[in-house]
Amino acid sequence: MKYAFFPGCSLESTAWDFAQSTRAVCAALDIELEDIPDWVCCGSTPAHASNASLALALPAMNLQKARRLGLPLMTACASCYARLRTANYKIRDDDAARQRVQRITGAAYDGRVEVRHVLDVLVNDLGLAAIRARVRRPLEGLRVASYYGCLLARPPEIVALDDPEHPTCLDDLVMATGAESVTWPYKTECCGASLAMTESGVVSRLGHRLLSMARQAGAECIVVACPLCQMNLDLRQPDAAKAHGPLPQTPVLYFTQLLGLALGLSAKELGLRALSVSADALLADRGAAAATKGTP
Amino acid sequence: MSDAITWKGSALVDEVERRSGTAASACFQCHKCSTGCPVGPEMDLLSSQVMRLVQLGAEAEVLGSRAIWLCASCEACTTRCPMGIDIAGVMDALRIMAVEQKAASAGARAEIFNRSFLGSVRRHGRVFELGMMAAYKLRSGDLWGDVGKFPALLGKGKIALLPKSSGATAEVRDVFRRAAEEEQRP
Repeated sequence: MKYAFFPGCSLESTAWDFAQSTRAVCAALDIELEDIPDWVCCGSTPAHASNASLALALPAMNLQKARRLGLPLMTACASCYARLRTANYKIRDDDAARQRVQRITGAAYDGRVEVRHVLDVLVNDLGLAAIRARVRRPLEGLRVASYYGCLLARPPEIVALDDPEHPTCLDDLVMATGAESVTWPYKTECCGASLAMTESGVVSRLGHRLLSMARQAGAECIVVACPLCQMNLDLRQPDAAKAHGPLPQTPVLYFTQLLGLALGLSAKELGLRALSVSADALLADRGAAAATKGTP
Repeated sequence: MSDAITWKGSALVDEVERRSGTAASACFQCHKCSTGCPVGPEMDLLSSQVMRLVQLGAEAEVLGSRAIWLCASCEACTTRCPMGIDIAGVMDALRIMAVEQKAASAGARAEIFNRSFLGSVRRHGRVFELGMMAAYKLRSGDLWGDVGKFPALLGKGKIALLPKSSGATAEVRDVFRRAAEEEQRP
């Protein structure tokens, strides 16, 4: 299995641990990644909220680069995933959009390069049985809230990954690591995303709701698939507690970090030191002590 | 109470439909979008109210609202609308129109954020977060927000001190220029 990897901007800075753990997990599971040369930003929310042409053209530039590699594109950031798939969706069946993209980027693009999320690749291409067979350190007894956020789930005709209101693929992957995935009602509720910079009060309120509900459902940690979800729930946890009442410290890991631990990778290989709320004590308690010491 | 809304026929709803490619006129006020909106409590207009005002042609009220800038683009409304209206897409169209017509509300910090973010992408081909945040802070006047988080972010290697530019920056600048021209086409 081989994919053209689109890291995206966050995975080079605030989410470097998502990049590192994605690469480590893929290497451990024999999923080959070839980085897209000279990839550019997907435009994210600022592009689609500012200029509809730019919101098509920036993703199209990357999709054209993936086409040249002749591989399906894989990304880890939920926001990049949604932007790339939205561009494909709008370009594929619309002559005017295709012509517009050609005028802007100078190259033809038909909207047909396959765009996959690493979660989709793991669950649907590799498969849960294959993952289960590679688990060396089952995370038994660990209670996890699987948090999908918005953009892995919605809108369903574009992201086409799972049920938009009750997705289960991340729960399935968490259970494949031996951990327990708790039932909770906010798995696709929004964290406030990029409002963190501009409307931090909204993000504190939403973060508090999510964190306290995950706890109430019995989870000891949360796993996420999006750099904005991770940052809003982890780095901003003290803000949420300050504004809306005390919260127990809740580690928020990328799902690739959790999976990596189960596969026997070390805390160092998975970039666990990047977490603001440390997961060391939690994982040590759950028999994954070797991981936190850095030796597989 | 604000003044009565001036009826402008369907000019606004037509323009919103043209830009968003979705049937804003199909909204029949079931309020399902507002019920599930995560930022409803902070909005001055709920999403269903925005939809109704668009139909009524209440341009100033809608384009000057804080609501269009509070929308987090979570797509819950778009996913759940029983009429299949892309409500998040309507919010995008309204934000773009508000900027074009210089009607954006004074509290539209998201608009300043968007400009700072895209400025960074235009320069480097990718977002250089430190530069983008500095530009946002200078433009918005929000100099101290989140400054306390910097040492921790630096310590954890989450903030790069220098931009990691894409090799395609010249290409990206051309794309920005042509995308702007494209939006001027009739």
